[in-house]
Amino acid sequence: MGRNRLQHQVACMRRSLFDQGFLDEQFIQLEELQDDASPNFVQEIVTLFYTDSARLIQNIEQALNNGPIDFSKLDDYMHQFKGSSSSIGAKKVTDECKVFREYCSAENAQGCIRTFQQVKQEYAILRRKLEVYFQMVRQADVAHTP
Amino acid sequence: MTVERAISEPKDQFPIGMRVLAVDDDPTCLLLLETLLRRCQYNVTTTSQAITALKLLRENKNKFDLVISDVHMPDMDGFKLLEHVGLEMDLPVIMLSANGDTKLVMKGITHGACDYLLKPVRIEELQNIWQHVVRRKKFDRKDGDNSGSQDKPHIDNGGAAGMGGVDQNGKLNKKRKDQNEDEDEEHDENGHDNEDPSTQKKPRVVWSVELHRKFVAAVNQLGIDTEAVPKKILELMNVEKLTRENVASHLQKYRLYLKRISCVANQQANMAAALGSADSNYLRMGPLNGLGTFHTLAGSDQLHNAALRSFPPSGVLGRLNTPAGLGMRGLPSPGMIQLGHVQNSGNTSNDQSKLQSFVIPGNHNANTLQGMPMSLELDQLQNNKGVSHIGELPTAANTTVFPVSGSLMDARISGCSNNPLLGVTSNSLMLEGSSQQTTLHPSNLRDSVSTMGFQNGNTLSDFTSIATASNQLQCSKADLQCQASPTSCNAGQIIRSAPPEWNAPYHSNVMCCSINSSIPVNGAMVPLGQCLDQNNPNFHRNMDLDSIAPSNFVDPISLKRSEGFNSAMEPAVIQKEGYFQPRPQGGYNVGSLEDLASAMMKEGPDTRKLADGDFGCNGYSHRTCI
Repeated sequence: MGRNRLQHQVACMRRSLFDQGFLDEQFIQLEELQDDASPNFVQEIVTLFYTDSARLIQNIEQALNNGPIDFSKLDDYMHQFKGSSSSIGAKKVTDECKVFREYCSAENAQGCIRTFQQVKQEYAILRRKLEVYFQMVRQADVAHTP
Repeated sequence: MTVERAISEPKDQFPIGMRVLAVDDDPTCLLLLETLLRRCQYNVTTTSQAITALKLLRENKNKFDLVISDVHMPDMDGFKLLEHVGLEMDLPVIMLSANGDTKLVMKGITHGACDYLLKPVRIEELQNIWQHVVRRKKFDRKDGDNSGSQDKPHIDNGGAAGMGGVDQNGKLNKKRKDQNEDEDEEHDENGHDNEDPSTQKKPRVVWSVELHRKFVAAVNQLGIDTEAVPKKILELMNVEKLTRENVASHLQKYRLYLKRISCVANQQANMAAALGSADSNYLRMGPLNGLGTFHTLAGSDQLHNAALRSFPPSGVLGRLNTPAGLGMRGLPSPGMIQLGHVQNSGNTSNDQSKLQSFVIPGNHNANTLQGMPMSLELDQLQNNKGVSHIGELPTAANTTVFPVSGSLMDARISGCSNNPLLGVTSNSLMLEGSSQQTTLHPSNLRDSVSTMGFQNGNTLSDFTSIATASNQLQCSKADLQCQASPTSCNAGQIIRSAPPEWNAPYHSNVMCCSINSSIPVNGAMVPLGQCLDQNNPNFHRNMDLDSIAPSNFVDPISLKRSEGFNSAMEPAVIQKEGYFQPRPQGGYNVGSLEDLASAMMKEGPDTRKLADGDFGCNGYSHRTCI
C-alpha cells in the first residue's frame, strides 16, 4: 500500500510541523476550510502568502538598508507581514515579527536588522518545509485517486 | 439569539445569504476572509481597495448587508471608510486588524464600527456577525421608540414582542420625550431591542451623498445647535418619503460626527477662547433643554461656553460638508465643549492642546472638530435616548454614527476599553458631563459620552460611544462619571445634574484623547461595566461615581486634569478630586450616586452579564476590551 505509507508519512510530517512550532492552530482552520468546493485551498493560500510576503520582505529590506531608517514605515510593513503570516498559521515567523515590531517601536535599528534576519530565516525554513509537505500530500492524493 | 431570524426576514434564510462586502489590501487575508465567510454561507464580494469598496456601495445601496474592512489599508484608512459607510449608507461595519491595541479598538468604536475583530479571524467570530445586521434592522424599524430598551441586543425580545413592544415603546417614547426633548427617532437605534419591528417595518433610508447634502444644507440653514430639529429639517429638505425619524437619527449621527471632528479643531480654538471667557452660560443648554442637566452646567462656572463658542469648528467636518461650521457654532451648547474652558484659562489652554491630541483619536480626519461637535451631539443625544450617539456609537442601534468628536467618546470610551460596560456608562457620564460642563472638549466629550451612554438600553451603543470617547476622553470619562450620574442609561434621561464642578477637573482629563490606554487604567472601569446594564440608569452613573471616588474609575479624567491629556486616563487619582467636587455641588447627588454605585456594584456580576450580552459584540468586547 504505497498510498497508506504515503499518507502515514504525510501525517507524520504534519504532526512534526506542529510539534516543532512551525505551524499553529490557524493552519488547522485553513485545513478545515478546504473542502470539495475548494480542494486545494490550503496550498493556494500558502502560495499567495509567499508571493505577497516576498514583496513585503523586499520592502523591509530596502527600508532597512537604504539611508536613515523610517521606523513607522517599517512598522507598517511588518504589521502587514505579521497579519498575513498569522493568517496562515506560520507561528515562528509571526513570533519573530512580534520581536521585530518591539525593536521597531523602541527604534532600535540594530535590533531590527538582527531580528529581520531571523524573520527571513524562519520564513525560508517554513517555506521549504511546506513545499516538501505539500509535495507529499499531492503524491498521497495521486496515489489515492484511482 | 433566536429571534433575529424571525425578526428580520421571516422568509429568508437569514443569515444564510447575507451579503457581505469584504475589504482588505492583504491578498492572503482577503482570501482567507472570503473563504471563511463563504463557509458561513454568506454571499461574499471582495475588494482589496477601499475606494472600490465605496464605489460598490454607492452604486447600489441595497446591495450589501454588512461590510468588513481591514483597518490598515494603503489607499484609505479603514476608519475613514467606516465613517463614510456609516454616514452615507448606514450599514453595519466590522473592523478587522492584526493590531488589537485598545486605542485602535476604541477608535473603531468611536468611528462607529459595530465590531472589531482581530486577525487571524476565526470562523466562530464570523458566524455571529449577522447579529449586527439584524440589530440595525430592528432599530430602523423601531424608530421613534425610544423604549429605552435595556439592551440592545435583545433581539429575542423584539421578535416576540412584536406589537406589544411597539406599544410599550410608544409609551416609553412619550415619557422620554418629555424628558428629553425630542429625539425619539434617534432612538431607534438604541432601544429597540425588544420592540418588534416586524410589525412596522420601515424601509431603510439610504442616505446618499445628495440626500446628505440636502440634509446638511437644511441643518446649516436652521442652525445646528439650536433650530435644527428633525421636523424643521424635514420640512426644509422636502424629500418625499423621508420621515422625521429618519432625519432625527441621521441628525444624531451627524452631530456626533461633527463633534468628533471639531473636537480636535476646536480644542485649540476653544482653549484660547475659553481662557478668555469664562462664560458660565456657555453651555447654553439650548438644545439640551430636555436634559435639564445642561442647565446646570450652564450655570457652572466652568462653562466657558463663550470660549467654546468661539471655536469654530475648523475643518473637521470635511466629510460632512460643513459640519464643522455648523457644529462649531452650536457647540457652545451645553455640555459639550466645555472642556476648553473649564477650570480656568490656564487649564483651558492645556486642555486645548490636549483635546486636540486626543480628540482625534477617533477621527481619522484629524481635522475634525471633535471637540465642538460634541456639544451639538450632546444635545441631541441628550434629547434622545440617551445619546447613544456620542461620538460614534457604533451601537448597532444607532446606525448613524457620526464621527462625533472623539473627545467625547474618548471619555466614555476610555472606560470602555477596559470594559465594554464602561463604555456604556461612560456614555451616560458623558452626557452628564457634557451638560454640566459644556466645556468644549474635554468635558464635552464627556458629556457627549454620557449622553451617549445612556441611550437606552443599547448597550452596544453606549458602549461604543463610550469606547470611542474613552480613548479620547479618558479624562473626560472621569468627568463623565461624575456627571454621568444623572444620566442613567435611559435614554431620555441624560444627565441632568451634572455637577458644575466637573468642568474643572474635566478639562484636564477630557483631553485625554489618548485615552486608549488610559481608560482601562483603572480597573475601576470595570464597575462601569456593571453599570452598563442599561436598564439601570443609575447603574451607569453610579459606576462612574463610584469609580471616581474610589479613584478607580475615572482614571483618565482625573489624571488628566492636571496633566495634559496625553497620559490618557491614568488612574483616576486626580479625578477623584475633580469629580467629587462637583458632585456635591452639582445636581449630582453624590450620596445618591454612591448608593447607586454600590447598588450597582452589587449587581455587578449580573449586570455584567447583561452588558456583555447586550453589547452584542461579545466577541468584540472581549477582544477589544482586552
